[in-house]
Amino acid sequence: MSILIDASTTFIVQGITGREAVNLTRECLDYGTGAKIVGGVTPGRLGRDVHGVPVFDTVAQAVEHHGAPIDGSVVTVPPAFTKDAVFEAIENGIKLVVIVTERIPRRDVAQMVELATLRGARIIGPNCLGIIVPDVIKMGGIGGPAKNAAQAYTPGPIGVISRSGGMTTEMSSTLSAAGLGQSTAVSIGGDAIIGSTYAELMPLFEADEQTRGIVIYTEPGGRMEAELSRWVTENSSRLPIVAFMAGRFMDEMPGMSFGHAGTIVEGKEDTAGEKIERLAQAGIRVAERIEDIPTMISEQIESRAGA
Amino acid sequence: MRFFEFEAREVVRRAGIPVTDYGFTTDPAEAKAIAERIGGPTVIKSQVLTGGRMKAGGVKFADTPGEAEAHAAEILELEINGHMPRGVLVDPRAEVEQEYYAGVVWDGTRKQPVMIFSPVGGIDIEQVAEEQPDKVGRRHFSNILPLSDFQAKEVIASTGVTGSDLNRLVPIVLRLARLFVENDMVLAEINPLGRLADGSFVALDAHMDIENEARGRHKKLLADLGVGEEETRQAREATPFELAGEEVDAQDHRGVAGNVTEFDGDLGLVIGAGGGSLTLFDAVRAHGGRPANYCEIGGNPSVAKACGLAKLVLSKPGVDKIAVMMSIVSNTRVDIVARGVIKACLELGLDPAEKIAIFRIPGAWEEEGFKILERYGVDYADRSVSLNEAARRAVEKIQGAPAR
Repeated sequence: MSILIDASTTFIVQGITGREAVNLTRECLDYGTGAKIVGGVTPGRLGRDVHGVPVFDTVAQAVEHHGAPIDGSVVTVPPAFTKDAVFEAIENGIKLVVIVTERIPRRDVAQMVELATLRGARIIGPNCLGIIVPDVIKMGGIGGPAKNAAQAYTPGPIGVISRSGGMTTEMSSTLSAAGLGQSTAVSIGGDAIIGSTYAELMPLFEADEQTRGIVIYTEPGGRMEAELSRWVTENSSRLPIVAFMAGRFMDEMPGMSFGHAGTIVEGKEDTAGEKIERLAQAGIRVAERIEDIPTMISEQIESRAGA
Repeated sequence: MRFFEFEAREVVRRAGIPVTDYGFTTDPAEAKAIAERIGGPTVIKSQVLTGGRMKAGGVKFADTPGEAEAHAAEILELEINGHMPRGVLVDPRAEVEQEYYAGVVWDGTRKQPVMIFSPVGGIDIEQVAEEQPDKVGRRHFSNILPLSDFQAKEVIASTGVTGSDLNRLVPIVLRLARLFVENDMVLAEINPLGRLADGSFVALDAHMDIENEARGRHKKLLADLGVGEEETRQAREATPFELAGEEVDAQDHRGVAGNVTEFDGDLGLVIGAGGGSLTLFDAVRAHGGRPANYCEIGGNPSVAKACGLAKLVLSKPGVDKIAVMMSIVSNTRVDIVARGVIKACLELGLDPAEKIAIFRIPGAWEEEGFKILERYGVDYADRSVSLNEAARRAVEKIQGAPAR
């Protein structure tokens, strides 16, 4: 199985007439068994179509046209309009919102997340590439054109969660080359506040029978790894986790910003060194190199299976 | 982006929180005039964006206007941790009976802002939290529901403060929370918040940090405070090399080829994307390499931009070779980056085969990209070569001997 999405998932693309969104729509339609994109929304563009997907002015029109609730939305509108677009999706009954847009102020993100929580919806992102279930469906630009995505992602037992969109593909490709496919790979976004953290996705993977191990990509900045360590310790998870930590050099440069918006090192708990220690204490192995990940995770899966 | 104390105090004042009758200046004579207007003992405070200014001699006490002038002249010339002051603040020396702390920050785990209050102020709140945890109150508040007095009341009362102090503190903490939200701050802190002999409260120092992504919607405030649009206020000022990098990135709106940070090594890096750059920079250093720079390519930049970035790095004094490396790309096109970096070498009269230590960008349009690289004899690698291995090869080439 998979988490979050499967072959039957229906979704819309908000901001579908933008250059990036047009490509993303093509990619998702082409990948796996073909995504069920039931509509697109760009205000003022009612009646057009993008690769055969009908375009509407409002999410409500898309829902009415579909004639049933729509599962998800990929939001690709500019930062100043993102909050409104996400509110519109949630208030029209959409339960899974993938926000691709970058550079959204965190006050807006926090408002979107709080509304989602109130309505029982989930947000992935912002500043992310989305979700992929290898050979089945992808929701977002993750992996790129169908041909490229198929080259990197293969079905299998590993759940992948990454703060970097590009590294989601790099790590999955390394796993695939070693014969370890992925159950679902999620690009969760690189911002300081995001809709779904590692710890918030863990229960979903925990409940997914196909998933037997987790691989995560992490960076300095924020408390997300501490939250994961706590979750693992408190829930005696059946899933072994291997983490890769990038940006170790940043520990020597407090206050400087590299990579994603969330990476600025502000306090002691934010540093790479501190996080590695915290993860290790929770029994999460930290890889020095990407190419070490496949062996590390298989060893742990085997040792748990033998126990 | 951090605010100087004099700016943060102005933000506090505008929010309706009482501040002392201070003045800001860059001129010793004016410092004297401000001290005369205040008409009593004053404190002269260096305006720098770095800690430890008290220890460094950046805060001095004056009994007379003449003394204030002399201290101001001295402090204006005093460099602290590599920072020259923006000016000095001349502040009345208030008769403070007790120092409190009030702050608001984001909690990324709860995804809500949190008010923090303590009757122990004047020192780092982290220290108070460690030594006297019962003296630090915390209260999260909703991003959607309106702020209300009782929330501030609860956080203050949780630390044991009651009586008229409690009632006078409620509007101050509430206004601080409101200014935090309305101004898109990531930190808003009044420390110390002083209680004077007459029982009133006044902000004696303030720290504010506004979120960079939200600067666009606070143009008026920033203009009023005299903050320039180009001011980034990173831990250190941008170097000419870094400014040139920004220009390269700004030449068109297609993708990113920027975020250039200068280092003093000999291996130039043309790397991407966000996570890939962090991984690659670590890998180069782990193999004993000395990067000349950090940067990020992503979002499918134009050939001109990739070329501009490569030229900039290749022209940096001390740079011998460049390594062009990214994690597997799906949006950025391999052939476009390949074209850009080869063009950069040719335009500088350099041999791409010699100057490009390695090209490791697999992914979209890689066949086309690899063909171009082959034509110019550039050493390239596909996805079967890890980021770590590519970095090792680049370091080995520049050191002219096998790396560890």
